[in-house]
Amino acid sequence: MRYSGFRVIKEALTGHKGWTPAWRDPDPASHYDIVIIGGGGHGLATAYYLAKEFGQHKVAVIEKGWIGGGNVGRNTTIIRSNYLLDGNEPFYEFSLKLWEGLEQDFNYNAMVSQRGILNLIHSDPQRDAFVRRGNAMILNGADANMLTTEEIKKRYPFLNTHDARFPIKGGLAQHRGGTVRHDAVAWGYARGADSRGVDIIQNCEVTGFRMEGGRCVGVETSRGFIGAGKVGCAVAGNSGRLMAKAGMRLPIESHVLQAFVSEGLKPVLPGVITFGAGHFYCSQSDKGGLVFGGDLDGYNSYAQRGNLPVVEDVCEGAMAIFPMLGRARLLRMWGGIMDMSMDGSPIIDQTHIDGLYFNGGWCYGGFKATPASGFAYAHLLATGNPHPTATAYRFDRFQKGLMIDEKGMGNQPNLH
Amino acid sequence: MIINHPLLGPRDSAEFTYLGDAALIDRPDWQSETAAQDFYEYGYLRDNPAGWHRELWFHEAGDRSWLVVTRNTVTHEIKSVELARDVARARGRSK
Ligand SMILES: Cc1cc2nc3c(=O)[nH]c(=O)nc-3n(C[C@H](O)[C@H](O)[C@H](O)COP(=O)(O)OP(=O)(O)OC[C@H]3O[C@@H](n4cnc5c(N)ncnc54)[C@H](O)[C@@H]3O)c2cc1C
Repeated sequence: MRYSGFRVIKEALTGHKGWTPAWRDPDPASHYDIVIIGGGGHGLATAYYLAKEFGQHKVAVIEKGWIGGGNVGRNTTIIRSNYLLDGNEPFYEFSLKLWEGLEQDFNYNAMVSQRGILNLIHSDPQRDAFVRRGNAMILNGADANMLTTEEIKKRYPFLNTHDARFPIKGGLAQHRGGTVRHDAVAWGYARGADSRGVDIIQNCEVTGFRMEGGRCVGVETSRGFIGAGKVGCAVAGNSGRLMAKAGMRLPIESHVLQAFVSEGLKPVLPGVITFGAGHFYCSQSDKGGLVFGGDLDGYNSYAQRGNLPVVEDVCEGAMAIFPMLGRARLLRMWGGIMDMSMDGSPIIDQTHIDGLYFNGGWCYGGFKATPASGFAYAHLLATGNPHPTATAYRFDRFQKGLMIDEKGMGNQPNLH
Repeated sequence: MIINHPLLGPRDSAEFTYLGDAALIDRPDWQSETAAQDFYEYGYLRDNPAGWHRELWFHEAGDRSWLVVTRNTVTHEIKSVELARDVARARGRSK
């Protein structure tokens, strides 16, 4: 069923009796050409592009819970392509371009809103660094603008530009950045994949891999064995746990990241703003809640909830630039498990085991990557070759000294 | 989280910074034939378990000692806290 304005009016006039489920609930078949593990944004996008762009229809997505219950439904929904390094920026710009056409492409309202993102600058060296980053973005075909304090004051009059401990000295803006309704991304990709023949199998946990003659021939699950020509893992924060079942150790640690939403307010914040002197960022959802977050808690965790020191740190950051936030009440807070890699950049690659592929290491920035990650992973699974924008995301970069370390932090995952 | 420091008693985890898996105590031998591979694994690969994890914490805002904390990564429960010095010596380091 295609969704359209006409359809909405027709259903409204006929008692909404014509809507059908957006995807089926099939039992697993005994064999697929490609099995994707993980029904998050990346797994579902991969299945969608496999079917739509690469002619692969015997595909299943296997999800242990319900689709969208992982990080794709827990993030703070920011999309942007403001990276510095060659290994990253073309990939994230490819992703932003896919976001721009996504809703038409998969015929689903994902509320893609290019309301702009502003990274605040608080010192002269930071300005130099952001000018360099802006130039790298422009060189890769992205948009970037340096804003003066005056321009920022005009656009965001509520920011503390008069007596802040870390004065606002300007900002790097990407007007094409913004926010997207995160659950709708999972649902839109699921619906698009399902309608092209992909089986989305929920409540089915992968408990192991079956190897024959050094080759991965399928997965053991809580609903029995499922055979596969190729197996693609995309389980984000659970990467370490899953790949251990294939005997692999990864350049990844799992860490918890928290997010917060205030009570609904009238429109006060027109875009996304990040604080450059501490760890804090904020946007306003279409329902009116201020959505904000900050740093990782900083220790290995699979708990999907964090602790109070980070809550305090985030609120301090908020008060430092948005004194008005102090009057808003906090409605909800939660945590998600991040697959923090050793250089802060992701991996989309085949493993040393024939037929077994890996997608992970997304850290706290994998939501914006969803379309390009799905596209590039589908490309790799279907053709055997990496997508041109994802050639740097290899396992062996750590061994060869080819790290993609945006922040220059070294092999310390909690600092990326 | 409260970390029960062996010398100072219960302390708020916010006084500490976190390094990672306590396996980092076992630095490979740089003269070994397999040193390049060993250091790659030491530097970059992690077990990253869901469950009990032995890990290094530094009491930065306290007595600046390194601790080995055995903590459950699923519940955040802490089972034992040792001085990293004692753990390292017991494993034959710094003789
Ligand atoms: C608080 C927070 C804020 C964030 N903010 C942003 C942001 O503003 N911008 C941005 O770009 N990114 C952000 N991120 C990061 C982003 O959400 C993730 O990088 C991205 O969603 C990860 O990919 P995914 O959607 O495929 O993961 P998930 O949705 O986590 O998908 C993985 C799925 O695999 C399933 N699974 C795991 N193990 C198994 C198994 N054994 N068998 C079957 N299924 C399994 C899980 O149930 C899960 O549904 C944020 C994350 C968090 C937690």
